Amino acid sequence: MEHLIWLVPAFPLGGVLINGLFGRRLGKGAVGFIGPGVVGAAFVVSLVLFLDLVGRAPEARQLTQTLYSWIAAGDFQANIGFLVDPLSATLMLVVTGVGFLIHVYSVGYMHDEDSAGFARYFTYLNLFTFAMLLLVMADNFLLLFVGWEGVGLCSYLLIGFWFKDRDNATAGKKAFIVNRVGDFGFLLGIFLIFGSFGSVAFADVFPTAASVLAPGGDLAFWICLFLFVGAVGKSAQIPLYVWLPDAMAGPTPVSALIHAATMVTAGVYMVARSHALYDLAPDVLAIVAGIGAATALYAATIGLVQTDIKKVLAYSTISQLGYMFLGVGVAAYAAGIFHLVTHAFFKALLFLGAGSVIHALHGEQDLRRMGGLKPIMPVTYWTMLAATLAIAGIPPLAGFFSKDEILWRAWDAGHPVLWALGFVTAGLTALYMFRLFFLTFHGPFRGTAEQRQHAHESPASMTVPLAVLGVLSVIGGWIGIPPAIGEFLGGVPNAIEAWLAPVFLSAHGEAGHAAEAHAVPPAEYALMAASVAVATLGILAARHLWLARPEVPQRIAARFQVPYTILRNKYWVDELYDALVVRPYNALSRFAWRIVDEGLIDGLLVGGTAKVVQMQSRAMSGWESGSIPTYVMVFFGGAIVILAYYLFG
Amino acid sequence: MSGVAIAFWVLAAVAVVTSLLVITSRNPVASVLYLVITFFCLAGLFVTLHSHFLAAIQVLVYAGAIMVLFLFVVMLLNLGTPQWFDVAGTPVKFAALVLGVGFVGALVAAGVGDFEPGASGPAAGVDPDVLGSTEAIASALYSAYYLPFLVTALLLLVAMVGAVVLARRER
Amino acid sequence: MSEIGVGHYITLSAVLFTIGAIGVLTRKNAIIVFMSIEIMLNAANLAFVTFATAIGDLGGMVMVLIVIAVAAAEAAVGLAIIVAMFRHRETVNIEAFSTMRG
Repeated sequence: MEHLIWLVPAFPLGGVLINGLFGRRLGKGAVGFIGPGVVGAAFVVSLVLFLDLVGRAPEARQLTQTLYSWIAAGDFQANIGFLVDPLSATLMLVVTGVGFLIHVYSVGYMHDEDSAGFARYFTYLNLFTFAMLLLVMADNFLLLFVGWEGVGLCSYLLIGFWFKDRDNATAGKKAFIVNRVGDFGFLLGIFLIFGSFGSVAFADVFPTAASVLAPGGDLAFWICLFLFVGAVGKSAQIPLYVWLPDAMAGPTPVSALIHAATMVTAGVYMVARSHALYDLAPDVLAIVAGIGAATALYAATIGLVQTDIKKVLAYSTISQLGYMFLGVGVAAYAAGIFHLVTHAFFKALLFLGAGSVIHALHGEQDLRRMGGLKPIMPVTYWTMLAATLAIAGIPPLAGFFSKDEILWRAWDAGHPVLWALGFVTAGLTALYMFRLFFLTFHGPFRGTAEQRQHAHESPASMTVPLAVLGVLSVIGGWIGIPPAIGEFLGGVPNAIEAWLAPVFLSAHGEAGHAAEAHAVPPAEYALMAASVAVATLGILAARHLWLARPEVPQRIAARFQVPYTILRNKYWVDELYDALVVRPYNALSRFAWRIVDEGLIDGLLVGGTAKVVQMQSRAMSGWESGSIPTYVMVFFGGAIVILAYYLFG
Repeated sequence: MSGVAIAFWVLAAVAVVTSLLVITSRNPVASVLYLVITFFCLAGLFVTLHSHFLAAIQVLVYAGAIMVLFLFVVMLLNLGTPQWFDVAGTPVKFAALVLGVGFVGALVAAGVGDFEPGASGPAAGVDPDVLGSTEAIASALYSAYYLPFLVTALLLLVAMVGAVVLARRER
Repeated sequence: MSEIGVGHYITLSAVLFTIGAIGVLTRKNAIIVFMSIEIMLNAANLAFVTFATAIGDLGGMVMVLIVIAVAAAEAAVGLAIIVAMFRHRETVNIEAFSTMRG
């Protein structure tokens, strides 16, 4: 099966070449077929590889393929090589599967683009899929970094897809630049890894990690911290989350695929992939968990007051990513990946549903001008309901299992504070998600009459992916039913935990967490009940506030003027960064431009050199008079000097 | 004062005076004629050095052939009567004088006036009359200095062709 | 004013050479300049003959012959050039020929 691995990234790459080079000539029909088609083909190959892995013994679930030696310089060696193990296979299925659905959805959503824009869109989207597959399939850090940068590039290109609007282009730049900060850390981490291990290949680094790095030592700390800085940038955690809300400037399917389901989870994947290193740096794990939990709560509070439907979802994404980091931060890597998968399902669905609504209302994104869309858009309504329930953590939908798993692990690992943060966030999540839901689909329609008249259910190419994702949002969590519940269902195993266990066997030979989960402490049931209760409470509160008594929120806002203003302005973090980073940097750039470049370099060095040469030339050209007597005079004088030198010298 | 000494001083004085007249005369024809006298004086000085053959060549080639050529060109171009004042201005004259005095002064200061070959010369005992004879120069020219002699002949050929090409009127 | 030695001849040679050089420097008539150069060449010849006699080496004599041949060649070519220049510019003033200006 190894020989098939290269096909997975090759299909999207082929799509990039065809759509990019000939897309304009092929027309929208062909592009709309090739774009999703290649991703579908990649999904099929991924599925074949996945089934091949399933058919093997847990220890043998690892396929590798090295295409060629990419860089070989001295001791340094980096290959174009792929690694397919349970972790990357899971991610491959998510990327290609969810990616395929979103590609199909895009055919309907982007229908109004002209053929050049349509081809450009699918070129970028295919390129993104390719880069993301490279990221999750790489067998070394450097190739992972190539994919990492590739998805960042596609993110930039797609945020600024409608680049004629200056705001979109600016949002793209912001995403790119903020990611650079994280990437810098990531690169430093890779350098440190190469410096310590003499290799960047996973196969060299992870098995020897425990012997090369002292557990809890400085080196392990810095490597993991730098890698995590990269993850913070890519996965939009505090303090580098600011780009993600702005990234909503891109087309909605892009938000669904890149800025919710796949790319932003790359940081979680990377930390999970490097768990052998993180296991040696408990301090960094604590930081990861702390930042994750803080981000989860922080973003949820902002999401509570946003009025743009996509911004709410963006902050929700940041919040959910915080959950994932909380999970991996308490060394519950499988739980983090589990939440990554379920989140990919329901968050992609939420975005696609929001896109469907925006599409129906001709670009309207303001929640205050929506409402009452339930009878008009039944498919969107029901699928959105499933996704909202899933993210709120209502059993037995997907989000319940994964979120609860993370919360339980946090508690179990002895972090009640982190658990409390996650617990409060769970309630807030239910609250703001149902606020969005009720404002969109229930109550009276608050837009213009014209919008009301034209509102319609989306075409099949959009509703079918919605339906598929809806089903996945409902049943997706069943792959990770914890033993606490599995017991009552006749011993249903925690499939994903067992599946990922070979990958997450810790470096020092301890068995994974799956084995020790036999005795279910009563606390787990209590916590489970508590989180269901808080989610239900959130839903009921949302119903009360925004459906039954819509005037209450305004009164609350008026009453708590200060916190409300803080939240509305997103804690003024953008303004803070503007004042602390952007403005000083602009001033520095202006200084470098006006004073250093134009004044010093252009003026003094370049212009000065030219001026000196010019002055010298002017002086020297006086000698070149062409007057023969002058030449003879100088010649004779020179002859005398030379003569004198020989006589007296 | 010996005869050679008298001859030297007379010839030297005439040579210096006529050469000064060459460069100061405003009439090129006069310059040419003064130059002929200078060359005759130099031929005489060669005789005092026992170089009879070179003295003869000096008269034949320089005073005869070359100076006739000069005179011919001066008259051909009708430069016999000066049409413009062709001496440079005072600063140039001054500079030239300084350079000239500097040149001679440097040589004199270095002691060329006191130069004596002494007994260290390779052929100090050679009879100068034999050394300067036609026979001696001819045998040297056709043996030891054979190659330079040929090159000189070639140079003359090239110069002749060049002069013909340069002087030819453009068609 | 006793015996005439090599030093006298060499000093005379230097004086003649300087006179020629001053002529080259101060005159603008190309033909006069040319004649000044001939004076300088002859001054050099005098030095050659003097030294050749003094040290009894025929090389100096041969050198003089070569210089005379070169002077003849130079006169032929130089005067041809002057004639050509005169035809071209209607003057032999060397200041009129400043095409060597850089």
